[in-house]
Amino acid sequence: MNTLDLKKKAVELRERTWQLIYNHKNGHTGSDLSCTDILVALYYQVMNQDKDNFGQKDVDTYIQSKGHAVEIWYEILADKGYIDRDDLEKRYSTFNSPYIGHPTTDVKGMEFHTGSLGHGLGLGVGVALAAKMNHSPKHTYVLMGDGEQAEGSVWEAAMAAGNYSLDNLTAIIDHNDLQITGTTDSVMRSNPISNKYRAFGWDVQEVDGNDIGALVDVLTKENNTNKPRMIIANTVKGKGITVAENRADWHHKIPTEVQYQEGLRELDAQMEALNND
Amino acid sequence: MTNDEKLTANAVIADTLDKATAKDPDLLVVTCDSRGSAGLVPFTNAHPDRTVEMGIAEQNAVTVAAGLAHEGKHPFVFSPASFLAMRSIEQVKVDVAFNKNNVKLIGISGGNSYTWLGNTHHSLNDVAITRAIPDLEVYQPCDKYQVKALFKYLLTSDKPAYVRIGKRKLDNVYHEDFDFVPGKAKIIKKGEDICLISTGETLYFALKAAENLEKQGINAQVVDLGSIKPLDTELIGQLAQKFDHIVTVEEHDVINGIGAAVASEVAKYGHAKLDILGFPDKPAIQGTQDEVFHYYGLDAEGIEKSIKKILDK
Repeated sequence: MNTLDLKKKAVELRERTWQLIYNHKNGHTGSDLSCTDILVALYYQVMNQDKDNFGQKDVDTYIQSKGHAVEIWYEILADKGYIDRDDLEKRYSTFNSPYIGHPTTDVKGMEFHTGSLGHGLGLGVGVALAAKMNHSPKHTYVLMGDGEQAEGSVWEAAMAAGNYSLDNLTAIIDHNDLQITGTTDSVMRSNPISNKYRAFGWDVQEVDGNDIGALVDVLTKENNTNKPRMIIANTVKGKGITVAENRADWHHKIPTEVQYQEGLRELDAQMEALNND
Repeated sequence: MTNDEKLTANAVIADTLDKATAKDPDLLVVTCDSRGSAGLVPFTNAHPDRTVEMGIAEQNAVTVAAGLAHEGKHPFVFSPASFLAMRSIEQVKVDVAFNKNNVKLIGISGGNSYTWLGNTHHSLNDVAITRAIPDLEVYQPCDKYQVKALFKYLLTSDKPAYVRIGKRKLDNVYHEDFDFVPGKAKIIKKGEDICLISTGETLYFALKAAENLEKQGINAQVVDLGSIKPLDTELIGQLAQKFDHIVTVEEHDVINGIGAAVASEVAKYGHAKLDILGFPDKPAIQGTQDEVFHYYGLDAEGIEKSIKKILDK
């Protein structure tokens, strides 16, 4: 997919996510919109994984450590045919549904139950280490949040990844500088994150995490460093819908009807602009 | 294995895993700067490619083991029980049990076996917390024969499990190799007057107490509860109906260990009165294992006294 098509896909998936959350009055709106471009880059351009080869030997693994941004992931899995969209839209956050507020392995495309923060990077280390032992070409991708960086287990995993020179592991931090209570600097300062990972033995890249072209470039850039790669993706929480942008309280806020309609109009305008590009 | 030489659980495990490497190309040991305490140095020297050192980071060791298992590896994580079952418990719950990753968690130096190192290092709550985790099996073997049989089972099972072992050479309860059956308790001495149920190192003391009582005309049955979860609810239910008195003995806090596991079945199925012998619900006194077992009445002499008191004899 070319960059323009990826951008259109991101707008389309933001709209579907916005609708899913509005219709079911449940979801981590700001978090979903923040990392949409990262997931689109991974699923539509970067990863060797699709609905047919998912779970097979040597196929890339994606672990979403910031499990709460699950609605955008559901929409991508539906769009890519892993799961049935009608089933998702009907059953999301309903009784006994597999489509709940955090990823579960009941949903095709999700390899681990996640949601408790600080677990994904360690899981990624285990998967990447096994891939090395198995001489597998599999690459492992882990998405974390920036608020999540306060979890001590993240740093145990970061140390292990550096120790074992896991150059088959790429972690991405959705760095929007906001968490549920406020700015990450006001809650628990993790900035500057880059230097910390460098000190732990990682190759660190920074990128505009809402620029799909730049994301694809950095995610596909060859890693000859013999180190795990950390991509600090500088994002805007709530990206694409003005009322939700850069607002901590939109972490899991549900739009009102007026906000919902306004959000749809904004996204439609973004799509129209891209169509005219 | 058929002689009466006493062995540590560590020695039996290291030997069993060493032999298993020939058959299982995916077998790994995951250590947390714990290979020495686990008696695994000969193993890790002989099999560096089967060794994953995670440093002093028990939480990450469990999570990484889950990732390894997800990719088809068969990791056995070795760490002191006090850290593995408490510090790492959320990783055990989420990454291992909930995610159904085939990780075997081996809690070494369990119970009171760190003696003078004190309560930071004792694990007297590990059974309580691990048996409350869905889809996690919990075992506490009593001697070299059972350790060997248990590990033979663990090497072929694809289910997550927590095993608690101690440090010292184990007295032999059994006298020959046997097959370990998860979820099955074993009657190791038949009796009519009272039933003793124990697990791990205290099982031997319960057996000795029963043998001493026999000489005094008290006929005690002794049951081995090496499989704590799955629990042999059928046998415990039968025991609860047959006996007027059941006594559990464990190297564990009296809260939520095997006493509580047995109690829930006794309350459901039987009329038996139940006494739970274990460590009191407070920081344990410090001393050698023998001194501490004696202090809390968990050695053969203490168990014998408790039974006589319960039976008013």
